[in-house]
Amino acid sequence: MNLLTELGWMLTDPFMQRALLAALLVGASAPVVGTYLVQRRLSLLGDGIGHIALTGVALGWLIGAALGVAPEAFAVPGAVVAAVAGALAIELVRRRGRTSGDLALAIMFYGGIAGGVLLIGIAGGSNGNLMQYLFGSISTVSGSDLVLTVVLSALILVVGIGLRAALFSVSHDEEFAVASGLPVWLLNAMVAVVSALTVTVAMRVVGLLLVSALMIVPVAVAQQLTHSFARTMGTASVVGVVVCVTGLTITYFQDVSPGATIVVLAIAVYAVAAAVRPLVARRGPAADPHPDLPDDVELPPGPRARTDQEVCT
Amino acid sequence: MTERSTEPSTRPEPVIEVERLHVHAGASHILRGIDLTVRKGEAVALLGANGSGKSTLVRALVGTVAPSHGTVRLLGAGLDADRVPWERIGYVPQRAGARTGVPSTAAEVVASGLLSGRRWWLPRGWRARVRTALDEVGLADRASSAMHVLSGGQQQRVLIARALVRDPDVLVLDEPVAGVDRPSQEAFAASVRRLVGRGVTVLVVLHELGELTELVTRAVVLRHGRVVHDGAPPRPRAAHDAVSHRHVHPHDDEARRPAPLTQNPVNGSTEEVAS
Repeated sequence: MNLLTELGWMLTDPFMQRALLAALLVGASAPVVGTYLVQRRLSLLGDGIGHIALTGVALGWLIGAALGVAPEAFAVPGAVVAAVAGALAIELVRRRGRTSGDLALAIMFYGGIAGGVLLIGIAGGSNGNLMQYLFGSISTVSGSDLVLTVVLSALILVVGIGLRAALFSVSHDEEFAVASGLPVWLLNAMVAVVSALTVTVAMRVVGLLLVSALMIVPVAVAQQLTHSFARTMGTASVVGVVVCVTGLTITYFQDVSPGATIVVLAIAVYAVAAAVRPLVARRGPAADPHPDLPDDVELPPGPRARTDQEVCT
Repeated sequence: MTERSTEPSTRPEPVIEVERLHVHAGASHILRGIDLTVRKGEAVALLGANGSGKSTLVRALVGTVAPSHGTVRLLGAGLDADRVPWERIGYVPQRAGARTGVPSTAAEVVASGLLSGRRWWLPRGWRARVRTALDEVGLADRASSAMHVLSGGQQQRVLIARALVRDPDVLVLDEPVAGVDRPSQEAFAASVRRLVGRGVTVLVVLHELGELTELVTRAVVLRHGRVVHDGAPPRPRAAHDAVSHRHVHPHDDEARRPAPLTQNPVNGSTEEVAS
């Protein structure tokens, strides 16, 4: 009848309960990892890992078909393995220098898509089978899927939030982190692995093609609102939860793609935040950011330099 | 090198020991056999022209550049084999790195100085320590300012606070006053004076001694990757850094003498300093 009873019905639907919980966890954890990726200027890393995960999905199908079990059973584990391996490979390339890195990454991205399409054909599936992974299929989240989502999200949040001081140091100034004796290689590898896990977890919610958006766009929103790293991460996480849950709720009433709705919603929030910020952030007419600094040069008293002004000598 | 007649037994223990250090970067041979020992309580200035290898030497000291030959020992621990007590070493890199994608506040940057190989989490009471360190460099009121809205000199001071927050026994600074205005230089010199007074060992890369002239107990001059002077800091000519001094030097087009150092880079005298 009214909206509240409709929402009440939605919450009693077991499919919807699982989907909402998955959306909540993914919405909270993806922007946490995304904050580190944006800080390292690796915003598109999630996208690359998503491409590689597609090969993992197809590989899982192939193994499932060969073992004679349900082909979908190994799809998500295959994606996890491929995404972690791919993320570590990208990290290795990044470490070894930037000259060939760009090209190597591109090759890896396209190899991931092509490998996925090729392997799914060999496994007896069709490109249609890949669609649910490319664009998400949150309404079909099963009980075991949910367990995996809960475990991996918890792992992502524990690493991403628990180690945030060390991960911040490594992402902010790697040279200083080395000079602090931090295990830079290990921490970088952790960011890579956690990014890969995020991609596979978010795969069910928004799909591999839109995973990166869920990691990056909430961070872009948060940056409009705050200048602190910790607050950026917190705000992004809240934005992620809000857009995921809201987007999913919309799809309960309207027959639209959940992944696309969530991403469009996130971008809409970004547009609003970007439009509103100049109106909110404006304080006073052109404040001098450094009023406490004395001048560096001596000025003779003249029409443009007030004589009572203290100048540094 | 220029050790005088002090008794070995009474000399303070070495804090930084560099032996026959060579560093290559691709085809170029940047450091060509550096020997350097800095003892506890010393304030050593590392001088030399651009490209002489000062920054590379400092980077090799803190482990961000791998030596191709030779050994580096910090506080008695070898850089390659032993566990260096990094939490006792404060490092100030040349300048703030390129802006990262996510802005961070001065306090967050300083707090990262509290981490080390043995501590991956911020310790209890880190906020107070961060505030103290920022206060030390005169930026207590800018703790929650974003790094990118601070001026260049203020950013440099935040990086110094990041090294000070861990209460280091050794401070390694790479051109901390390059491009920093006079008041900031004076504030920096005052900070270093307090640290040296507390017994902190300081190794500082500089272009000219400037405000630090009185503090530095020893100067090491690099030239083309070799130590060409190691001893008392030569007094700069009184007027050299004064406002009225004009940094105009004759440039003859024909090369007069090819290789040897014809001018002491520190005091500008024409006596031969290579030893």
